[in-house]
Amino acid sequence: MIRRHLPFATVAVIALVAAPLLLEPFRLGLLAKYLCYAIVALGIGLAWGQGGMLTLGQGVFFGLGGYSMAMYLKLAEGGGLPDFMVWSGVEELPALWVPFANPVFALGMAVLGPVALALVLGTLVFRQRVRGAYFAILTQALAAAMVILLVGQQGLTGGTNGMTNFFELFGQDLAEDSTQRGLYLVVAGVLGVLYLATRQLVQSRYGRLLVAVRDGEDRVRFLGYDPALVKTVTFAASAGMAGLAGALFVPVVGIISPALLGVVPSLELVVAVAVGGRHALAGAVLGAVVMGYAKTALSEQFAGGWLYLQGALFILVMTLAPKGVVGLAGRLRRARTT
Amino acid sequence: MRISRPILSGLLALALTACGSGAAPAADSDEIKVGLLHSLSGTMAISEVTVRDAELLAIEEINKAGGVLGKKLVPVVEDGASDWPTFAEKATKLIRQDKVATVFGGWTSASRKAMLPVFERYKALLWYPVQYEGLESSPYIFYTGATTNQQIIPGLDYLKEQGKKSLFLVGSDYVFPRTANKIIKAYAASNGMTILGEEYTPLGHTEYSTLVNKVMGAKPDAVFNTLNGDSNVAFFKQFKSAGGTAESMPVLSVSIAEEEVTGIGVDNVAGHPVAWNYYQTTDTPANTAFVKAYKAKYGAAKVTSDPMEAGYNAVYLWAEAVKKAGTTEVEAVRKAAPGIALERPEGLVTIDGDNQHMYKTARIGIIQPDGLIKQVWDSDRPIKPDPYLKGYPWAAGLAGQ
Repeated sequence: MIRRHLPFATVAVIALVAAPLLLEPFRLGLLAKYLCYAIVALGIGLAWGQGGMLTLGQGVFFGLGGYSMAMYLKLAEGGGLPDFMVWSGVEELPALWVPFANPVFALGMAVLGPVALALVLGTLVFRQRVRGAYFAILTQALAAAMVILLVGQQGLTGGTNGMTNFFELFGQDLAEDSTQRGLYLVVAGVLGVLYLATRQLVQSRYGRLLVAVRDGEDRVRFLGYDPALVKTVTFAASAGMAGLAGALFVPVVGIISPALLGVVPSLELVVAVAVGGRHALAGAVLGAVVMGYAKTALSEQFAGGWLYLQGALFILVMTLAPKGVVGLAGRLRRARTT
Repeated sequence: MRISRPILSGLLALALTACGSGAAPAADSDEIKVGLLHSLSGTMAISEVTVRDAELLAIEEINKAGGVLGKKLVPVVEDGASDWPTFAEKATKLIRQDKVATVFGGWTSASRKAMLPVFERYKALLWYPVQYEGLESSPYIFYTGATTNQQIIPGLDYLKEQGKKSLFLVGSDYVFPRTANKIIKAYAASNGMTILGEEYTPLGHTEYSTLVNKVMGAKPDAVFNTLNGDSNVAFFKQFKSAGGTAESMPVLSVSIAEEEVTGIGVDNVAGHPVAWNYYQTTDTPANTAFVKAYKAKYGAAKVTSDPMEAGYNAVYLWAEAVKKAGTTEVEAVRKAAPGIALERPEGLVTIDGDNQHMYKTARIGIIQPDGLIKQVWDSDRPIKPDPYLKGYPWAAGLAGQ
């Protein structure tokens, strides 16, 4: 029992105690950002790794969460209209914005909005037995459509700029290092809790059913289960995680824009999950942190050509270790013990 | 899955320590680090790389002349990747980790808006080198490009002088064109001009036949163009093939400089007017030296443009302020900067104390068949920057509260 929980406990201690003590505030903020992405990746690990649903549009749910939070933060400043509405010639607060002045509503929408969208989408799509590449293309199209919608509604969403310049969260000054450290701990805590909960879910009867749906959907149907329901619920859970991650991301990073939730960032997260190892939840989390870190490190070291290096890293991992870093580690371990 | 967990925790620990080890060594006492933050990848790279090059040239020249306060300037270059959140992240990195004395960076308004809270939060300095839509004045940003009363309003004055009574507005769908058009509409209302139409297309849009038909159908005296980037190529091609000419319907652009003319194709834009504060052909001794030095460093085929010149100026203006302050400390530099006046390639540039913008001479030019731009009108003297258009009664109410 202790042996089983030791690795998780080690990571938790490093993340919650060592990191805030050792890292400079700027680096801690970056780590908090990677952990936000890791929450999305955990959802992808659940939906794709366990459930076989390759979702290329998690950015949509991430964005819904992020924009909900950003709307609250913009209204919390007080002092009339959000800055970008003034530039865009909007004269009074749009009705859509009004309820977001309430933090409970905003946070609720950040999670329930994506869940509701995923439930509707999942019901429509999985009932029709759309799966595989068609489902992937559909989710990707959704991400592309979302960006066009956000850019086009400049007065409502800040357009391509998105929203930035936030000052405080629940009365805490966002510029303070102590606030940022607190936010980091919240993000790390949320990730830890969600990881444990997801692991519990995967190991439950429901989790086994999910894997069965992935590996033989028709057989599961013949056994009397409803695969569409199983998939819809899983998809909704992963959407909720992405939404919550988006809501946490905004105060940590201080900006939300369409560029953060379009096709490319959605794909990058799927790539990160693949690099980490999609069949293990820990792989998904690890992949997001490693790829996030690699992106920062490479772009700082090689400002001119880091995109090529990032691509090379991905190709290298995928060819040498198709099951990701976690799969490779497992193989090494087995080679050593036998 | 279970087997791998100890290894996983080891890897995570490694990643964490690696995060921390990136810290830069303390700056040498005979060096001053300055940040250069432009898009070196992505859609904006084509424009922003040239500004970075001009800034590097300025740093090299200053170092050759002995540096600033006896210290050499050392550039730290980061890539904004045409992605606004990346600009915010890299700005934070330059300020907090590299501890640069100042940052020269940005091009799009979106990137500036993303960086603004970072510079205000850490009380660091940003020098922003591109003309923009105004209605902003951050105490931690110096704006070395034009604000609206030094580019767009002179452009409108020029069209009015030419007897143009009706305009059609064409722009990319983001903050600069929308704000610019808000100002243009207010100007038109009080100057007896009519606006026959206002159309926006997404950034990167390339299908303009419908829009050009609308423009042709409306028969305006002139078109005011705030399209950005690639869209201009498609727009001007369609415009030309629909029979639009610079004589019958001039298209005044505010985002097309020497660098962009080549990309669009000279044949498509020759004869149309543009509004800026500097052209490669601007006749000043400082410009002759700038163009010569730039070509010597980067190649004879290279052209110089307004944003490049503004970036080049930014380095010199900052260095001058540091010399005057005797330190690179931000608040001291901010205090020393107002009133600094330098003869630059575009003529005399003075830092305004009220809003940290520059006094700049407005210039209207016509694109020539050789790709360069010939000045046909200028404002005679540098215009005082007025980002909130307080000096224009017709603009009351544009700036919001």
